[in-house]
Amino acid sequence: MLDKIFLYMQYPFVRYALIVGVLIALCSSLLGVTLVLKRFSFIGDGLSHVAFGAMAIATVLNLSNNMLIIMPVTIICAVLLLRTGQNTKIKGDAAIAMISVAALAFGYLIMNVFSTSANVSGDVCSTLFGSTSILTLSKVEVYLCIILSVAVVFIFVLFYNRIFAVTFDENFSRAVGTNADGYNLLVAVVIAIIIVLAMNLVGSLLISALVIFPALSAMRIFKSFKSVTVFSAVFSVTCALLGMMISILMGTPVGSTIVAVDVAAFAICALVGAVAK
Amino acid sequence: MPLIKAVDLSLGYDSHTIVENLYFSVEAGEYLCIVGENGSGKSTLLKTLLGLNSPVGGSIEFFEGLTNKEIGYLPQQTLVQRDFPATVAEIVLSGNQARHRRFFYSQEDRELAGSNMKKMGIYDLKDRCYRELSGGQQQRVLLARALCATGRVLVLDEPVSGLDPKVTMQMYDLILNLNKEGITIIMISHDVNAAIKYADHILHIGDSIFFGTKDEYLKSKEGSIFVSDSLDR
Repeated sequence: MLDKIFLYMQYPFVRYALIVGVLIALCSSLLGVTLVLKRFSFIGDGLSHVAFGAMAIATVLNLSNNMLIIMPVTIICAVLLLRTGQNTKIKGDAAIAMISVAALAFGYLIMNVFSTSANVSGDVCSTLFGSTSILTLSKVEVYLCIILSVAVVFIFVLFYNRIFAVTFDENFSRAVGTNADGYNLLVAVVIAIIIVLAMNLVGSLLISALVIFPALSAMRIFKSFKSVTVFSAVFSVTCALLGMMISILMGTPVGSTIVAVDVAAFAICALVGAVAK
Repeated sequence: MPLIKAVDLSLGYDSHTIVENLYFSVEAGEYLCIVGENGSGKSTLLKTLLGLNSPVGGSIEFFEGLTNKEIGYLPQQTLVQRDFPATVAEIVLSGNQARHRRFFYSQEDRELAGSNMKKMGIYDLKDRCYRELSGGQQQRVLLARALCATGRVLVLDEPVSGLDPKVTMQMYDLILNLNKEGITIIMISHDVNAAIKYADHILHIGDSIFFGTKDEYLKSKEGSIFVSDSLDR
């Protein structure tokens, strides 16, 4: 078994996949704790559908770099969705559901009507479940992913104390002069970046899993914000690595294997948490 | 010389007005209780004091170098906090966000948090998880956090709601001690009897508005109706 792994590691695309996978898993778990606690778990899901719609448009337009369209569209939607959380006519959860299904439907429609590819359903399936895209990354995409991941981790560490304060009690933070809206905006932009990156790893339908499972698992066992954050990062990276190894050895799809490992690990954490009580 | 002064204040949301013609002032070291029925605009007044809402009309002025960012705030518990994984120390420390714009907490911040936890009698709990504490302990944690944000004025929104009678008494005593140390207290309360017992000034808002000292309140028509109501129960 080890021989097989070493053999595969000689291929650059496998090494790229592992690097990118670990970085995405790390970034998504960091923000996951905040999103779960703020009751925004579904934002990840909604945004990933938006990213799918944007990708469909980019594919039809035959752009050399999809990111040019996907990234701005997703960021704009993230900002809009977090705004609706406050006081608008359509409530937050309904707005998310609306935007996400609309983007999904239009994305598929556009791909079907305008696509020049011979295998439309194959393309759609690979975007939704990320079946092979992680193994076909170009060098530019890998560098882009590394730069963005480092930026996300840096922002998170720098603003850690403020993110904690605003997540725990937005009104108190606002009352003492912290710019809570600014931090909400920051979280929205960062989560949009993470989701666009994560589409390569697990596809747009499974991204939520990377955001919520690490946070929820950590919250079963740990009791301080710091330990929950650290554990969910470790949890997420471990599960992503394990999932990618299994998928390489067994030939299963990367995205769903990672999520399956996440689910199994969550069950273990829930059990440990229950026993510890 | 007042610390806070409201002149012809009107409160509400958007263009909808709840309370009009509000005049009151608070001097340093006073204990003001805001009483009134549900929906009378007590919480809106508090939010306006803190700068979370802007007044529909009139103004709130601050004197002696006080700004609304320097007011320590004890909010009501939110849904988010009920299953929040955070230790007591992490929460109290976050009160320091009011004092500077730096991203990381200094040794001084940690010492201030420590001394406020000791003052509130929760230092032994500092590594415990917030969601596992009793209601009274949780309120002490939030009070310690508010004390990190200010040494001058504390604004408390229903600090005893959901607490049992014994813990309620302890909470009131704790607040009274802070007032005796020189911290100005502005408290919203349902409990008129406690307001009369502890506060020196009362602001009653509702159909009619009253502002004055406790003794004047007891003789006023707002006070006599409201107080006898709650004594009957």
